Amino acid sequence: MTSQAHDQLAAATTAPLSQRSSMPSIGSLVRRPEVGSLIGMIAVLFFFSIFGGANFMSSGGAASWLNVASELGIIALPIGLLMIAGHLDLSVGSMVPASSMTIAILSGHYGLPIIVGILAALGLGLAVGFVNGVLVIRTKVPSFVVTLATLFALAGLTLGLSVILSGSTSVALKSGPIAKLLFGDYLGGKFEVTLFWWIAAILIVGFILNFSRFGNWILAMGGDAVSARNAGIPTDRVTIALFMSSGLCASFVGMSQAILYNSAQVAAGQSFIFNSIIAVVIGGVLLTGGYGSVVGIVLGTLTFAIVNQGIFYTGFDANWASLIIGVLLLAAVLMNNTFRTMALTYAPRTKLSARR
Amino acid sequence: MTTPLLRLTGINKSFGPIDVLHDISLEVYRGEVLCLLGDNGAGKSTLIKILSGVHRPTSGTMEMDGRSVAFDTPRDASDHGIATVHQFGGTFPLMSIGRSFFVGAEPTRRWGPLTIYDRKRANEIAVTEMRQLGITRIDDGDRLVGGLSGGERQALAIARAVHFGASVLILDEPTAALGVKEAAHVLRIVLQARRKGIAVIFITHNVVHALTVGDHFAVLIRGSKAADFRKGEKSREAITDLMAGGEQMAELEAEIESFSAADDGHAPRGASHV
Repeated sequence: MTSQAHDQLAAATTAPLSQRSSMPSIGSLVRRPEVGSLIGMIAVLFFFSIFGGANFMSSGGAASWLNVASELGIIALPIGLLMIAGHLDLSVGSMVPASSMTIAILSGHYGLPIIVGILAALGLGLAVGFVNGVLVIRTKVPSFVVTLATLFALAGLTLGLSVILSGSTSVALKSGPIAKLLFGDYLGGKFEVTLFWWIAAILIVGFILNFSRFGNWILAMGGDAVSARNAGIPTDRVTIALFMSSGLCASFVGMSQAILYNSAQVAAGQSFIFNSIIAVVIGGVLLTGGYGSVVGIVLGTLTFAIVNQGIFYTGFDANWASLIIGVLLLAAVLMNNTFRTMALTYAPRTKLSARR
Repeated sequence: MTTPLLRLTGINKSFGPIDVLHDISLEVYRGEVLCLLGDNGAGKSTLIKILSGVHRPTSGTMEMDGRSVAFDTPRDASDHGIATVHQFGGTFPLMSIGRSFFVGAEPTRRWGPLTIYDRKRANEIAVTEMRQLGITRIDDGDRLVGGLSGGERQALAIARAVHFGASVLILDEPTAALGVKEAAHVLRIVLQARRKGIAVIFITHNVVHALTVGDHFAVLIRGSKAADFRKGEKSREAITDLMAGGEQMAELEAEIESFSAADDGHAPRGASHV
């Protein structure tokens, strides 16, 4: 969606300045950062549609990987923005269960209204994100280390408080029909409603990165934080906002999981740490920041989910899925590097000399 | 003459016990190119950092248009119209030309209830400004900065400074990493900026480049201003001598001569490597 608008705008921009062929050439497509991830996704889809048989292509099969993609995708989007800005957030791995336990203990164990649990869970996410952001900008310690620390601290806090408050590491939650419908239902018995929240998140994050000034600030910060600050970008505020958004999204996923499964466990969600990074990197975001796209992140998320779930539809042992993901990750990064180099070295065909 | 746009008086800078700059006084006028010459380690970079707000001088005063100023941050300096372009130009290689041109000052337009980044206008202005500086190869503001040549990046950075109304343009070794043709183009751009009434401070150790564009020259040697003269007052050889620390050079020559006299015209091993 956004890329189409992008291309139309591009055509409009260059038209008065040059006589280049008006056709959106293959070259201009190849220069887009998400080409590598698109090729990757098509390849795995093709692979599993052959080896996965009819079941994989059925709506049930599609639901299985779309559900995984939507939960992962909601977290991968803000993680992607953070990575473009040159940061990492590992604490999402603890944020998901912390949020699940918050809503389950408040609304399940203590029987408070579900809305209290929801707001508390989301509020916790924002608070943890705020703490992460402040720690990163105040201490100047790399965000990898800061969020690794908060990952463990939050995991310990969740476990300790859960046992003190509820006497258990697993708490049941009964939510009303409205909360169920909004956050924890299956459409057609198969598709989680989180899918729609993911779509909403894609639109919002896509708007932010491509069409808002804030998006430009994120790109600039990832490119060179010092120059970005000198150019007048409020880098501290942007950093805190980005960490708060990843905290919010992780807590949203934890909260909706608790409503979906009617219970919460202390140790769920660690897989989101690496899975979100993998999805984002497959999607062509540069780990060191400064480069990436929302379309790429979405494609990377889908690719990851297809491999993760598709393996169950093939005759292969499911244990091989991680091997495939590992190989895929490496291949995707190499391919993304190639396409990025092509984008950098591209020169227009009408070569007018710049130096007379 | 009129009051200088920028005047430094008795600037000293020391980092702990090390004196880096000693009693530097300079005047920069509108529509003039001041060439700051000096060997590596002469204190050029420190002086630029003071001018662009990265460091504060230990003592001494800075005046702009006769009013005393002090810069706490690089942002302060750029708010006063001082723009610094570094050796490699743009610092965001993976951003598009339009986006990096407007970093921190993005043009926006209304889109329904939302205010959005006006990519089309940003690209158009960036490309037009670059074309005005003679970079005609660039016609697409969506291209990544990293795909530009060194000279084109310099041009982009200078175009950006000019567009945002810089009155003092500091160019830190803009030609050092460039080939002969590209360097010539950048020099032409410097003259264009000068014609617009901008005060240009051109830092270089290339005497030929300096003489091509400079109106006014200052030579720094080990943190002090060794010479301050106007165009035509000194020959190229005299300036080169000055930069290398003329006396030292003469001493060295005398030393080699005495060696060759002693060794039947052959410099001893080691001396030939000096």
